[in-house]
Amino acid sequence: MPVSVKNSQLIYAALKACGVSLISALPETWLVHLIQMAEDDPEMMLVRLAKEEEGVGISAGAHLAGAKSAMLMQNHGFLASVNGIVSLARLYRIPLLMLISYRGEFGERDPWQTEGGGATESVLRALSIPHERLDEPTHVAHRIKKAQTLAESSLKPVALLLCRDLMWEE
Amino acid sequence: MLRIDALQAIYPTLERCVVVTIMGAVSAELQSLGHRASFFYLLHSMGLASSMGLGIALARPELPVVVLDGDGSILMNLGALTTMARYRPRNLVHVVFDNESLLSVGGFPTATATGSDIAGIAAAAGIPRTSTARTIAQFTALFDESLRANELTTLVAKVEAKGPPVYLTDLPMLENRFQFQRHLRSLRPSQE
Repeated sequence: MPVSVKNSQLIYAALKACGVSLISALPETWLVHLIQMAEDDPEMMLVRLAKEEEGVGISAGAHLAGAKSAMLMQNHGFLASVNGIVSLARLYRIPLLMLISYRGEFGERDPWQTEGGGATESVLRALSIPHERLDEPTHVAHRIKKAQTLAESSLKPVALLLCRDLMWEE
Repeated sequence: MLRIDALQAIYPTLERCVVVTIMGAVSAELQSLGHRASFFYLLHSMGLASSMGLGIALARPELPVVVLDGDGSILMNLGALTTMARYRPRNLVHVVFDNESLLSVGGFPTATATGSDIAGIAAAAGIPRTSTARTIAQFTALFDESLRANELTTLVAKVEAKGPPVYLTDLPMLENRFQFQRHLRSLRPSQE
């Protein structure tokens, strides 16, 4: 499976450097290594979800309880979480660090992923969620750190889009 | 059984717990008994109170956490039962007030009115302890037992579809949120 182990490691190391101690996740191809790294790390609490929106509640609880968390999901999982993001995270001023695998962009071969690609950034904009793309290994560490810093200072959700050029090696 | 009576019965015990409630009648009735800094009322996001309780319980295993859920809410997030069961935090008691109705939004019947059994669903999801109470005495005994059991529990309380006249209280949501966060911080174990 040509998912980049090296870049997954960069992302995971950046999350650890931010003090993230809880990760919620739903499996998706591009996230397999990241989820495995969380599973193998005795210092990380990995919460495998049935549906991504649960992760908003779990991160909200973790935040109020004093733990830093991150959410790993596909863009379709983000789309499935919108109500929780609006009616919990936004309403109650909860920081969320969302890492969203950005399927359905240029290069996408799976026909079933193609609609989500077109909707992701417009929905992020509609929700006024600050977001940046991660498509270059040298950007990973500082963009993740800056995203978390803004989430914590604004007490709002932020998103990083994990792009094909970063996650997929062919 | 009336939910307000059930809440009244466990109110003294809730003093040593961190509590997350759903919106509507549960939140308003608990507040009518007296707000505490350890109570958080999730006034929207139907379904996510259980997930929030799970997040707190996992992040702070030393704190007894009680979620006061409802049939309409948990039916919106049944997958949460499987996630709770997967990690089965010992410090989480999940109470579901089942009035077989979406009371706060007009009283339309939920699926529990036609036979869906929340305790049965929770047990099948893998929650290690589940039970259903139909009287105050039963509910109080089962609640106390659940807190003592030191094992993840879903306790369903069958209650009448009756609520308070108004749901709005004088506690602003964000005041509740920041007070609750500060309170949880103040409970930090001293070694941290």
